[in-house]
Amino acid sequence: MQYNWNWGIFWQPAPDGTGVYFWWLISGLGWTLSTALLAWAIALALGAAIGTLRTTPVAWVVRLGNAYVEIFRNIPLLVQMFLWYFVLPELLPKALGDAMKQMVPPWASFWPAVLCLGFYTSARVAEQVRAGIQSLPRGQGMAGTALGLTLPQAYRFVLLPQAFRIILPPLTSEFMNIMKNSSVALTIGLVELTARARSMQEFTFQVFEAFTAATVIYILITLVVVFAMRYVEQKVAVPGLISAGGAPMAGH
Amino acid sequence: MFSGFDFDVIERSLPYLFKEGMTFTLTLTAMAMAGGIVFGTLLAMARLSSIPMFNVPAATYVNLMRSVPLVLVIFWFYFLVPWIGGWIIGAREPIQVGAFWSSVITFTLFEAAYYAEIMRAGIQSIPRGQVSAGQALGLNYWQTMGFVVLPQAFRNMLPVLLTQTIILFQDTSLVYVLSITDFLGAAAKIAQRDGRLVEMYLFVAVVYFIISFSLSYGVKHLQQRIAIIR
Amino acid sequence: MTHLSRLFVALFVAGAVCGTAGAQDTLKKIKDTGTITIGHRDTSIPFSYYDDKQNVVGYAMDICMKIVDAVKTNLKLKKLDVKFNPVTSATRIPLMANGTIDLECGSTTNNLDRQKQVWFTITHFVTANRYVAKKSSNIKSLADLKGKTVVSTSGTTNIKWATEENAKRKLGMNIIAAKDHAEAFLTVDTGRAVAFFMDDILLYSLVATSKNPSAWAIGSEAYTVEPYGIMLRRDDAAFKKVVNGAVTRLYKSGEINKIYDKWFLKPIPPKGVNLNVPMSAQFKKVVAKPTDSGDPKDY
Repeated sequence: MQYNWNWGIFWQPAPDGTGVYFWWLISGLGWTLSTALLAWAIALALGAAIGTLRTTPVAWVVRLGNAYVEIFRNIPLLVQMFLWYFVLPELLPKALGDAMKQMVPPWASFWPAVLCLGFYTSARVAEQVRAGIQSLPRGQGMAGTALGLTLPQAYRFVLLPQAFRIILPPLTSEFMNIMKNSSVALTIGLVELTARARSMQEFTFQVFEAFTAATVIYILITLVVVFAMRYVEQKVAVPGLISAGGAPMAGH
Repeated sequence: MFSGFDFDVIERSLPYLFKEGMTFTLTLTAMAMAGGIVFGTLLAMARLSSIPMFNVPAATYVNLMRSVPLVLVIFWFYFLVPWIGGWIIGAREPIQVGAFWSSVITFTLFEAAYYAEIMRAGIQSIPRGQVSAGQALGLNYWQTMGFVVLPQAFRNMLPVLLTQTIILFQDTSLVYVLSITDFLGAAAKIAQRDGRLVEMYLFVAVVYFIISFSLSYGVKHLQQRIAIIR
Repeated sequence: MTHLSRLFVALFVAGAVCGTAGAQDTLKKIKDTGTITIGHRDTSIPFSYYDDKQNVVGYAMDICMKIVDAVKTNLKLKKLDVKFNPVTSATRIPLMANGTIDLECGSTTNNLDRQKQVWFTITHFVTANRYVAKKSSNIKSLADLKGKTVVSTSGTTNIKWATEENAKRKLGMNIIAAKDHAEAFLTVDTGRAVAFFMDDILLYSLVATSKNPSAWAIGSEAYTVEPYGIMLRRDDAAFKKVVNGAVTRLYKSGEINKIYDKWFLKPIPPKGVNLNVPMSAQFKKVVAKPTDSGDPKDY
């Protein structure tokens, strides 16, 4: 075999003159994290809103919420990424579309990636929120309204605080998903961690070193998030309720 | 450049899109599902075993696969599989693995980690007493698993397994990064050749949506039927 | 989860075991399996690309088929199956090293850096690194690209050159990496970047086959010399001898001129465009005196 191992490669200067390859990977990690965090903010906000709407007694609102979830769940993430990046600017008015396309990189691929991941994950969060609310006894909401709370108040003070504590574990794994899924953005030119590892491989031909480093970094993030969330979960667990995290869910 | 849309481009390329592209996507999905469920079930059994020699590697494998993005796994395996293959059969040089088999192996190994977690939940949902009853009847481990536990676990988890398969079906589009001609790859090639990105990608989205949506609708029905019997 | 680290150790050991195996014997492998696998490109017009029937065709493919014939004769095989495997600029070298492909027929620059990983047969084309831009964007030189967004194909010598030059001359260009040449060209076409750095012959082909060839301008300055070679595995002298022999015969017999004319001086599929690129003095020199050197100074 003609594979020449060279673990020192990380300390060799990268061709763009910004430092050694190790820092290249770290800057990729920076983009992975910022994409994931921003998209997560969108996903949480939208997902909470839509998940809540899907449990209201208003039939057409529920149907609208369901349609939203089905659309974002049944189109592959990569295809959605292409829709945001390639298709959307062409469908918008020309001036706006051109402005989107001519944003200075990496922003031209960063924003579509954030929006894409945010909307995609919001559908999954909405599903969790709905399940969380519906796992609560029906009497809770009724008791709230019987006490004179309006429906929004019943959600705000009774249902949602409990639902979010219950669905914390599945939400943690959705956050891990959004971070892993951000690697799909390399297809639209975002130089996040996986893309960095790949271009490092292209410049140095050290395939396995580059991919190993990226893999180790992903595992480290997973470990940090898992341990941090385990602590938070213990803090906020609803006494007397079994966590909803035990229920099997298909997904990534 | 998209002066007016040209939806004819879709009609002209239909045979190529479906005969080459969709066939690849569906074959890959079917094979990875079969392989993934079998390997995933074995992983779940190993993970639930009380013998460290089995449960430690199985847990490691599942956690590792679940913490790395699929895109990275696809790159890894595309470059690594021939070497691992050569190493396993003791050859001095890497064995040749084409794009198709490389994808099948990648998705089988990756999805197995997810199927394994589903099957683990399924096996754990079976009351312990049934295992004891099986053993009391003189069945050995494989007989208890094969005749008592797995058929029920499989049935209980069928909707989740199928939902995971729909996700697998969508995930196969990621072989695009290796320039392989799956459904999306075929569409992308034509889109780039003819400069018809908008039409082709919208069409691809619609096709994926129709297939995934009808499948998940079917799964929901199945779930209700199974739920009643249980 | 500390078990993860154990698996890593196992993986590394596996890798190291692989890594210490001996030299390659592609000829034996071809003989044993009765198949040879050719790595080809999607959009390297006219070297290796899909025609309108989605068959892989091109100048490099024709040369490769001659090599396949020579291998078949050399091994005295009655039948030799040819398998095709698509590669990108980014995947071609790892896929060659890991045995997925036996020959890579496309537009791969032979240089000393890459020779640490793979070997090349005799040069089949000599090109140069330039950029293409829309005439309307009024780019006349590298200086005009200062602070602008440019694109190149990932995994190529061109993107590496652009990255290094950008740092050296402090041009402040934003460089996007595209998956293949068609995608890169489209990036400029849709206005996401102003220029595309690539080998000039590929740029000529992309412009000639585009919807509006007169809208494009290729830079007048050539930045580097890029000799193309067909790639094969490193440290496989026996295979290389057969391959080099086949290409040398092709050049000495003058057969190369027919193949060259077919792809560069006549209409080519899918659109029947004639590229009209006569053989360069540099390549004529190679035909007269075949070389597989990866040093640009030799051309």
